[in-house]
Amino acid sequence: MQRVGTPGEPAGAFRWLTTAVGRLLVSLFVPTITFVVLWRVFIFLRDTRAPHWITAGVAIVWGVGGVMALFFLANMVIEQLPVRWRTRLTPFLFVGPALVILAWYLALPTVRTFYASLLDARGEQFVGLENYVYAFTSDAMLESFRNNLLWLVIGTGFSVGFGLLIAVLADRTHPLFETFIKALIFMPMAISMVGASVIWKFVYEFRPPGAEQIGLLNAVVTALGGQPRAWLLMQPWNTLLLIVILIWLQTGYAMVIISAAIKAIPRELLEAGRIDGADEVQIFFRIILPTIRGTILTVATTIVLFTLKIFDIVQTVTGGNFGTQVIANEQYNQMFRAFHYGRGAAIAIVLLVAVIPVMWYNLRQFAQRTEAFR
Amino acid sequence: MSVRRTWAGTVVVYGTLMLIAALWTIPTLGLLISSFRPGDEVTRTGWWTVLKNPAQANLTLDNYRIVLGMVGDDPRLQELAKRGQENINLGTAVLNSLTVTVPATVIPILIAAFAAYGFAWLRFPGRRFFFIGVVALLVVPLQIALIPILKDYVRLNLSGTFLGIWLAHTGFGLPLAIYLLYNAISALPRDLLESAFIDGASHFTVFTRLVLPLSMPALASFAIFQFLWVWNDLLVALVFLGASPEVQVLTQRLLGMLGTFGTEWHLLTAGAFVSMILPLTVFFALQRYFVRGLLAGSIKG
Repeated sequence: MQRVGTPGEPAGAFRWLTTAVGRLLVSLFVPTITFVVLWRVFIFLRDTRAPHWITAGVAIVWGVGGVMALFFLANMVIEQLPVRWRTRLTPFLFVGPALVILAWYLALPTVRTFYASLLDARGEQFVGLENYVYAFTSDAMLESFRNNLLWLVIGTGFSVGFGLLIAVLADRTHPLFETFIKALIFMPMAISMVGASVIWKFVYEFRPPGAEQIGLLNAVVTALGGQPRAWLLMQPWNTLLLIVILIWLQTGYAMVIISAAIKAIPRELLEAGRIDGADEVQIFFRIILPTIRGTILTVATTIVLFTLKIFDIVQTVTGGNFGTQVIANEQYNQMFRAFHYGRGAAIAIVLLVAVIPVMWYNLRQFAQRTEAFR
Repeated sequence: MSVRRTWAGTVVVYGTLMLIAALWTIPTLGLLISSFRPGDEVTRTGWWTVLKNPAQANLTLDNYRIVLGMVGDDPRLQELAKRGQENINLGTAVLNSLTVTVPATVIPILIAAFAAYGFAWLRFPGRRFFFIGVVALLVVPLQIALIPILKDYVRLNLSGTFLGIWLAHTGFGLPLAIYLLYNAISALPRDLLESAFIDGASHFTVFTRLVLPLSMPALASFAIFQFLWVWNDLLVALVFLGASPEVQVLTQRLLGMLGTFGTEWHLLTAGAFVSMILPLTVFFALQRYFVRGLLAGSIKG
């Protein structure tokens, strides 16, 4: 599959020498120049006082162009090599950068974080399992475990439940109506969790009794004759109100995936059921649900993974106060408020251990269809 | 579907869906309307009063002028904007968000596409082992990387730089990117690639001229995925960009505004909408690709 017969057939020592020297010069100079240019631009970006939009433009061109340049360059260097070496090195031109980055950013950190979890706050003294004692027995962490469990069960349950309900119902409506409704429910997926938190914090806004309520929830409550409340201070309801934000964000995701699975069910299967006299409820429980069980499981797993690491919503709305702490936010607090790296690392390891079942499942799935990957 | 459909059944189905859709839309509508109302009215009356009597509604762009730092010579606006100018001006944050997001979307796609091609079409020692590694890393929470990478960044002076956050987003996005693009690139017709090799093309040429153009749909769907992820990210920005307003992105500034202007809802709503407008546009323009990406890779770490 490699190109054979590269230029530079031995036709005289002089020509061989010039091509060899030429190649050497090219392989040395072009990379050097590229590196120098990239480095100079980096220094410029780091120290510049130019208008911000210029810096932004240069940074974008530098970042995107730099990576492309590096790939082209590496390829150029490899193409100068003898065929045998070229064949051997080409795969690493392709997968090498990805492997290096993955090793640096994800693979090695698991080991390094585990090591850091055995050290003290500043990473100097060995403290054994002390940080894990904190991770499993401190009040903040126990509260986090309880709340994360609520997030997992209620957040995932309602997101998948609503997603399923909407997907099943929308499948029975006019296609234009279906598209319209789905777009509205899907829209929050484009909104950041911080943006969503602003939206919902405004819904939960509280004014003392007597004053006109500007938050939708309290306006509804007072219109129905109730007392306005500072919802976000009320335990344990405040955690549930935060979970509502997640459900609002994730239902669209569940709906889209489940809807695609429902549409993939052969129509004949449903027709056959109906001819046999099954009503719509039976069709749903006997045909639709068993067929899409795998999809529902996948969607639920994805949302569970997502809620396990929930951070933005809690950080933005309550900062983890008033009994709403969660694992990822407590980890952030330990690292950047308490500056206790040991505890932060131990909590990260807890998160990692929690996802191991899913990782194991993924690997087993992969091993099962491994014939496709010899 | 030739089903016995009763009128009542149809009404229930349409009614339920409209009710849910309304519940889902009203909070965003409240945000949008409030962002166009004068500050004193937002704090005095509910946003729904605008809907009750649209004729008397008092709508203005002032909030957007203030949050984007475009107050000009208007003394009234200058007065309003004076409270914490540094925190309000989101113009810089918009640029920073773009500067972070564009390379943090393109770089991982490029690197992942190369890797996916390598895994799909090249034979090399350790190929299976490394790919299993990629699958394992799919669900690793990025929290695991924060402490070691931050230490490296402090040592390398990368903390608070755009390069640092691009690389971080690249690292965290790569497993899913490689996985999705591998599925697309390994499904390309073998004959097509082989005829190109017979014509004497190198792997690099085949990749750039043939494989990249042919996998555009897959690249596009991952691009939207990653774009939304990076644009909407808060944690990675907080950890690796830090507190300097020079480099902070929109989500960070919005979080800051919630702290300092927790009750100035006219500014908060305008700021939130500024942060939402681009992802919403991208999302609705390219929804088809986005859905395809979602369907292809339902498990992300």
